[in-house]
Amino acid sequence: MSLMSAEALYAGYGGVDILRNLHLRVEADEIVVIIGPNGAGKSTAMKAMFGLVPIRSGAVSYRGETITNQPAERMVSRGIAYVPQEANVFPSLSVVENLELGAYVLRGPNGPRMERVFEIFPRLKERRHQQAGVMSGGERQMVAMGRALMVEPTLLMLDEPTAGLSPRLIDETFERIRGINQLGIGVLMVEQNARQALAAADRGYVLATGENRYEDTGPALLANPEVAEMFLGG
Amino acid sequence: MIEIIQLLINGILLGSILALGAVGATMIFGVLRFAHFAHGDFMAIGAYFALTVVTVFNLPVLAALPVAMLLTGGLAILIDQVVYRRIRRVQPVILLIASFATALVLRSFIQMVWGSSNQVYQVGIQLPWRIGPFTLKPDHLLIFAAAAGLVLIVHLFLSRTRMGKAMRAMSDNMDLALVTGIPANRVIMWTWAIGGALAAAAGVFLGMDTRLHPVMGWTLLLPIFAATILGGIGRPYGAILGGLVIGCAMELSTLVIPGAYKPAVAFAIMVATLVFRPQGIIKGNA
Repeated sequence: MSLMSAEALYAGYGGVDILRNLHLRVEADEIVVIIGPNGAGKSTAMKAMFGLVPIRSGAVSYRGETITNQPAERMVSRGIAYVPQEANVFPSLSVVENLELGAYVLRGPNGPRMERVFEIFPRLKERRHQQAGVMSGGERQMVAMGRALMVEPTLLMLDEPTAGLSPRLIDETFERIRGINQLGIGVLMVEQNARQALAAADRGYVLATGENRYEDTGPALLANPEVAEMFLGG
Repeated sequence: MIEIIQLLINGILLGSILALGAVGATMIFGVLRFAHFAHGDFMAIGAYFALTVVTVFNLPVLAALPVAMLLTGGLAILIDQVVYRRIRRVQPVILLIASFATALVLRSFIQMVWGSSNQVYQVGIQLPWRIGPFTLKPDHLLIFAAAAGLVLIVHLFLSRTRMGKAMRAMSDNMDLALVTGIPANRVIMWTWAIGGALAAAAGVFLGMDTRLHPVMGWTLLLPIFAATILGGIGRPYGAILGGLVIGCAMELSTLVIPGAYKPAVAFAIMVATLVFRPQGIIKGNA
C-alpha cells in the first residue's frame, strides 16, 4: 500500500481542469520529485493532493484511506505536512513561535519535537528568538521546513524548496531533504532545478499540460534522452 | 508648561480608551481583512450593558466592567455568526458595508432599550484631586490602571498562549495558517470575543470619564481607525502606541485650535500616515 497516491485526478479552479487524468504515488521512505515545464500543473498536482485545489473526479488516498478534498487541518492531523513555495513563514513571529505553530494540531509538549528540528537545522537554534521576516532566504526556508517537521509528519510536501536560493544553498537543501528522508519521512517535492532534484530523488514524474508524461527512477529519467532534451534543457 | 502637562494627562486618558478600541479593530482587520465600522457601537453597547448592571444590581462601575465585556464579546460572536460569517468569502468591501449596517442596527437598538438622552453611571460630582497645579479625578486613575491591566492581559495572551500565537499567525499569513492546520473558525471567534470585550471596556471607561450617549462610540470610530493606521494595520502593539499618540495629539491640539476640531486632528494624522508612511510608525514586522 502506498503512503499516498492520486488516481485519475481531474482538478482545477472554477470548472477548468488543470490536471487531467493525473496518477501519482509516494511510497513510505521515498523521495519523489515532480518536474516539468512552467504551467504543467506540478504545484497544482501537489496542492490538489493536499486538498487545496478542488478535485472534480478521481481519488486521493493516504495509507489506503480516501482523503479526497479534505480540509488542510485534517491532512495535517494525519501526518501530511505541506510547505508552500512563497510566503512560507509567519514573518512577525519568532523562529520558536513559527515552529510551535507547526505543531498546532498536536497535543503534548513541543520541547522534544523542537529539539529534533534543531538537530536537523542547528542554525535555527542559534537564531531561535529572531523574527522570521528579517531572516535570509535560506534561513527562512529552514524555518518553513522546520515548521512542517514539527507535526512529526510521515509525508513532507515541498513546493520548490530551492527556489531563489544560491547554488551552494541549493546543494545544501537537497542534502538536508535526503537527511530528513533518512529519518523515515516520505518526501514529495516539485522542483525547477530538475537535474539536481532527480539526482536526489528515488523516483520522478514528468508532467506536461496537466498529464503524466514519464515516470521512472531518478537516475533513469536523467539518462532518458527524450526527457533530457525536452525537460532538462538538453 | 502646566497646561501642556495637564493636556498630556487628559491625552493619555483619551489615548488609553482609543488604544483599547484600536487593538480590537486592528486584530479584526488582521484576521478578517476588513475595517469594522461597528466597532464604535460595540463600545457604546458595552457601556450600556454596564449601565444596566450598575442600576439593577447597584454595583460600582468597575464591578460591572467584566459583565459588560463578557456580554459584548458574546454579542460580537453572535453578530459574526449571524451576519459576517455568511459573507466572509465575498469581497471585503461587502463585509465593510455589512458592518456599517450593523453599526446602525446596534445604535437603534441602544436608543430603543436605553433611550437617546445622556446618562451617567453615578449621579453627583466627583471632587478632583489637586496635585500641585494639576487636577486628576479618582476615576481617571482607575481608568489608567484598568486599561493598563487589560493591555497587559492582551499582551500575555498574544505572546504566551497557543490561541494568541495562532491569531498573530493568521493575521501574518492566512494561507500558511490554513495549511499549518490552524482552525480558522475558532481563531475568528476568539478574535471577535476579544475585540468585543476590549471595545466594551473602552466604552465603559469613556462613559466613566464623560457620559453615556447612543453615538458615543460612533464619534470615536475615526480616531480609533487613525490609531490603527498609525500603528500599522493588523499590529496590536502598534495600535496601543497609535492610540496614545492620537489621544495626546487631539488634546494638545486644543492649545492652538478650538476643541471642536479635535477629531479633525486625528483625521489629519491618519491621512498623513497613509500618504507618507502607510506601513505605520513601528519599524520591522512587529
